[in-house]
Amino acid sequence: MSEKKKPKKVFQQGPISPEKIATSIANHQSKTNIGAHSIFLGQVRADEIDGKTVQAIDYSAYEEMAEKEFYNIREAAFEKFDLTCMHIYHSLGPVKAGEICLFVFTSSANRKAATDACSYLVEEIKAKVPIFGKEVFEDETHQWKVNI
Amino acid sequence: MKVTVRYFGAIAEKVGKTEEELDLSTIGSDFQDLKEHCLSTYQITDDGTLQIAINQELGLKRPLKEGDEVAFLPPFAGG
Repeated sequence: MSEKKKPKKVFQQGPISPEKIATSIANHQSKTNIGAHSIFLGQVRADEIDGKTVQAIDYSAYEEMAEKEFYNIREAAFEKFDLTCMHIYHSLGPVKAGEICLFVFTSSANRKAATDACSYLVEEIKAKVPIFGKEVFEDETHQWKVNI
Repeated sequence: MKVTVRYFGAIAEKVGKTEEELDLSTIGSDFQDLKEHCLSTYQITDDGTLQIAINQELGLKRPLKEGDEVAFLPPFAGG
């Protein structure tokens, strides 16, 4: 059954736990029309910049606009790809280096739609959703992250 | 005529607040007037990465109306 008309809550406070990801995979075992899943996990990297190491990214967003963009991106993905379902979760607030901040999960009868849609969603989210990331260093100074 | 102006990320940090209500009677109701007013008041440099949304929509350059929400957005960094 298509899930595209259900409103989806994308943002969650803090990191996305490995347990949440495992549970999400387990929840799809009853959907036996699915033949392929594709998962993207964005992880906070401990970049070293001018001798200082990033210890966390503190995420914020223009939430009202972000929710609209997520909706539009989801709808476009359902139009473009033959998907059974998709899930997107993104963190707000601090996420430490090594923790997961973005979880994109696409499912389809066949692998190509699942992998292509997953890649499409990640690129669209990075380009179009007003999310901002403050890279916090070990000495509590910070700089603002820019997607490249 | 009043509009709500919201600031995010590095811009909010520079401005020192996340939101304010501005009366356009002294600023002008053109989108560009408000942009220039805010850039100059808060000494924000637009290096070409600044995006401005009107009522959560990018790319609009229309005259502003009472109650509009104008958002100053630095580069996106999701994921």
